[in-house]
Amino acid sequence: MDGKNIKYRIGKSYVAQIVTTIFAFACVIPLLFILGFIIKAGITKINWHFLVSIPKPVGESGGGIVNALVGSILIIFCASLIAIPIGILAGIYLSENGKTRLAYWCRLCVDILQGVPSIVIGIIAYFWLVKPLGGFSALSGSVALAIMMLPIVIRSTEETLKLLPSSLQEAAFALGMPFHRVMFKVVVPVGISGILSGVMLAIARITGETAPLLFTAFGNPYLSFNITKPMQSLPHLIYDYATSPYDDWKNLAWGASVILLLWVLLLNIFTKLITRKWKVQL
Amino acid sequence: MDTSAKNSVITRSDLPLRVINSTPETIARAQKKVRRSFRQIRTETVFRRTLTIMGLIMIILVLGILLTLIIQSLPSIKSLGLKYLWGKVWDPVQDIYGAWPFLLGTLLSSFLALLISIPFSLAVAIFLGEYFPKGWMPDFLKNAVELIAAVPSVIYGFWGLAVLVPIVRNLENHIGVEPVGVGIFSSSLILAIMIIPYAASLGRSMIQMVPSPLKEAAYGLGATRWEVIRSVVLPYTKSGLFAGVLLSLGRALGETMAVTMVIGNTSLIPKNIFAPGNTMASVIANEFTEADKPVYLSALIELGLVLFLVTVVINLIGKKIIDRFTQ
Repeated sequence: MDGKNIKYRIGKSYVAQIVTTIFAFACVIPLLFILGFIIKAGITKINWHFLVSIPKPVGESGGGIVNALVGSILIIFCASLIAIPIGILAGIYLSENGKTRLAYWCRLCVDILQGVPSIVIGIIAYFWLVKPLGGFSALSGSVALAIMMLPIVIRSTEETLKLLPSSLQEAAFALGMPFHRVMFKVVVPVGISGILSGVMLAIARITGETAPLLFTAFGNPYLSFNITKPMQSLPHLIYDYATSPYDDWKNLAWGASVILLLWVLLLNIFTKLITRKWKVQL
Repeated sequence: MDTSAKNSVITRSDLPLRVINSTPETIARAQKKVRRSFRQIRTETVFRRTLTIMGLIMIILVLGILLTLIIQSLPSIKSLGLKYLWGKVWDPVQDIYGAWPFLLGTLLSSFLALLISIPFSLAVAIFLGEYFPKGWMPDFLKNAVELIAAVPSVIYGFWGLAVLVPIVRNLENHIGVEPVGVGIFSSSLILAIMIIPYAASLGRSMIQMVPSPLKEAAYGLGATRWEVIRSVVLPYTKSGLFAGVLLSLGRALGETMAVTMVIGNTSLIPKNIFAPGNTMASVIANEFTEADKPVYLSALIELGLVLFLVTVVINLIGKKIIDRFTQ
């Protein structure tokens, strides 16, 4: 530093700032490319027919993705049904008994669970549900996705509830309310925005997951409402048709990509709005 | 003032005595009240117990995952032993299982992706943490980077297949390697984009935690902005940034779909970074449902076990570093 011209140092500082800015904004370019390309390629494929009919076999043009749409909604709904109650209760447990040894191990396990590759969860769901039940089923896919949702729901519940002032709880206890009513009538309603944004984030994350569904929900070219049978889902349909050699199927995949992208983006925007409206820190 | 009187304990005898006239109705009412409060206490205990059970479920879940993986991969551990990990040939038809091509493919693609992504994620972290923490432009950048993490991996894979692979094929034509397009290099590029947000957002919050007296002292000594960043901010946040990179690495190792779609899926050892290959995650995704022999299946699960253990260790180290940093 010493002995060097001050102008050189200031110049270097400016150059560094410009280079940093360029590199930082360079990240956005591929994102814009991807979004632009997907929307350009897929938006023309979407029409009413596309949303309400099932895929056509090879060689016939047209067809739609209603089986994947219904499947995705059903699978995610079941996953939420499993993960949200468990996640919120475990989150309450962690925020209420934060310092016990069990809570320490529990938190560690949640951290581990968050980092587990999705394909491993798929293997687990295969051995826990698909094999004992004797066949691929949407339900096993839901369980796999629920396992992936849990860490996000638990973490956001815990963090939100920890931020609430303890005077709130103490006031409720002083009125003679039992513990469970304090939780459900006071603490959870006050922190609902944080919990809700965690749930939305979790749903947004699992919506795009394909890997756990490969050996659980398995895919199905027909419309199905039976959660004990194989079922198609949007990301799975995209994977199947994107890697197929047929242009008709690829077109279906482009359209499905746009729908999936919009779905995930809307969920993320909703989460943003919730966090902004209630000023939650995640 | 006499404080002792103010702080004195109220005893039972101080309370006004209530005269209870015990008619049958009042007794019944009192009994009902008592029963209700007992019921509430019972529900409370049950609720507290449910909470503890939920906490336990998390531990059981993780232990169960570990145990299931170990038990299911036992046949392959028993019959193939440790040399499984270093075996160079993967040929299920002739019952030869060696995981080295996949380990190499995973390591190559992940570390290459990490190398590509580090300058960008570091730049985002510095830009948002130090240069422009507030304003509409950094807000835009922050949201855009979060969006990168939100886009489903199968869409990255599809885009990579349709757009990136032809570009890479052109590039390979120019430098004179076999122009396949799909391969480790393509999947590294996709992975690099996908893992930017993890290191960037963590790095940003770490950089924002640098105490301002430290920076102000450096400015007071006449340092320029870049000098402050290089000699104060970066050394101070070194471990935090490293943790961010570790978490990105964990993501890259476990990423399945995007990689599966662009890596080319061959079980041969990749000769260079442009050659097609396979990662641990992608080989599981491709071959799990077609594994017809027990040893084949359990060899695949052993790959899953290795993947699980590696990502768990990486994530735990990263979390430990972050915890130590934030305290």
